Amino acid sequence: MSAALAVEGLTVGYAGAPVLDGLALAVAPGEVVALLGANGAGKTTLLRALSGLTAPRAGRVLLDGADLSDLSVEDRARRGLAQVPEGRSVVTELTVDENLHLGALWCHPGRAARRVAVARTYDLFEPLARRRSSLGHQLSGGERQMLALGRALLARPRVLLLDEPSLGLAPRVVSQLMGVLRATARETGLTVLLAEQNVTSALSIADRGVVLSLGAVVVDAPAAELADDPALRHAYLGF
Amino acid sequence: MDRLVFLLATGLARGLVVALFALSLVIVWRAARLVNFAQAAVATVAVFAAFAVTGATGSFWAGLAAALLTGAAVNAAVERGLVRRVPQGSPLPGMIVAIGLVMVLQSALGIAFGPRHRPMAAPFDERPFVVGGVPLLSPYDLFVLTVALALVGLLAWLFNGTTLGLQLRASAAAPEVSRLLGVRVPRMVTLGWALSGAVAALAALLLVPTELGLNAHSADLLFVHAFTVAVLGGLDSPTGALIGGVLVGVLVSLVTGYLGAGVAPLAVLALLTLVLLVRPAGIFAAAQVRAA
Repeated sequence: MSAALAVEGLTVGYAGAPVLDGLALAVAPGEVVALLGANGAGKTTLLRALSGLTAPRAGRVLLDGADLSDLSVEDRARRGLAQVPEGRSVVTELTVDENLHLGALWCHPGRAARRVAVARTYDLFEPLARRRSSLGHQLSGGERQMLALGRALLARPRVLLLDEPSLGLAPRVVSQLMGVLRATARETGLTVLLAEQNVTSALSIADRGVVLSLGAVVVDAPAAELADDPALRHAYLGF
Repeated sequence: MDRLVFLLATGLARGLVVALFALSLVIVWRAARLVNFAQAAVATVAVFAAFAVTGATGSFWAGLAAALLTGAAVNAAVERGLVRRVPQGSPLPGMIVAIGLVMVLQSALGIAFGPRHRPMAAPFDERPFVVGGVPLLSPYDLFVLTVALALVGLLAWLFNGTTLGLQLRASAAAPEVSRLLGVRVPRMVTLGWALSGAVAALAALLLVPTELGLNAHSADLLFVHAFTVAVLGGLDSPTGALIGGVLVGVLVSLVTGYLGAGVAPLAVLALLTLVLLVRPAGIFAAAQVRAA
């Protein structure tokens, strides 16, 4: 079976000090992969290069076997590659409802279809339903992350890239987010690449863990194996 | 007292024109985070187009359409051809390009049409109605009020009631996130420029018949007033542009009526200085930073 997402020889950054150095990675359809590694290992750079926000010096990114190299950020999004960037990813000047409609815009044509799709998101993330006319900057950190995730899922992506969704959130909110993510992946066959500092919660929902160090993959193992291997954890993840 | 009522009424009509022009500056600012200093020159080019079309067809409305299209097309070309090609990190290069463009456009108009003011007829009577012995608004003032309010309503609907407006606002507020959601942000930026060019052209077209006539500098003072309004209201705030426009229009009208036309520009500059000293971000500015 061909990979949903494949990365070949991806190099980003200046010669002599590359941030990513010929990185290769393949994620199977429906697979949830945790992308681990210390600060500065290249996790965010990898995700930005995948979505097209950062131009690589060399290498290719393939979505379902199709080369994305010549596509703009917005065209990659329309092909089914969704990214929830770290932190400030909610459009704070728009309301919750407007943020969701924006996410539904091009893949749910027609006002009625959009309303139905947005209503389903409110069912999935109940706290958002109570705040639909609040502006983005009035939301709590957890609500923002729910909004960003719900908005990304509205576009019915093929592959979802998440950058540190648990950053700064309470453990209860983190487990709720991870639960929704896991359930969505199971039900819809969504492929997920999840960059996380929170190794335990990432591995708890992932099928596989990939550890980045100095811009290359150094460990690629089943999530359960990684979670149970103290030597590995100590060497690359620092605990 | 009669004089005050008259000055307030004409100030309102003039103020709405200033508000429209200020609104056009707000639209560019929101789309591109740039004060478009070339807006007056572009609007003047559009009014010349209207002048030529009205002269050839005899129809004011054909001229109006020509002004809207020219304003939109020139601003879109400026964005695609010039502004997009200068470094984006700092606002300075874009601003310098815009100021350079003012010189190029105004010199070109001067070379082509000479320095004289060409009289431009208003499409409606400019003599005010007299109600109970008090001169109030003229039919043309009423026309200006109607068009300005209709356009404000149209823009409010476009930005708040349509999916295009949603994309325009999202692109302005958070370009990177919008692109990740599939919004064609570069196209939205060009559209913002075009829209703003059309609005500025309309404002200038409404103004010129009430002034000396058409020449390369016809919209210069309008720009100064509208810029003051945009700073007063906060460059990000359409509501601020509207309220500020009416305030400045009334101020200019009152100062002109009681102290003389020569004092009016001084009054506007004094107001601008005061706002910059007291509240540099503008009176209606929201205290928030643009997200990535």
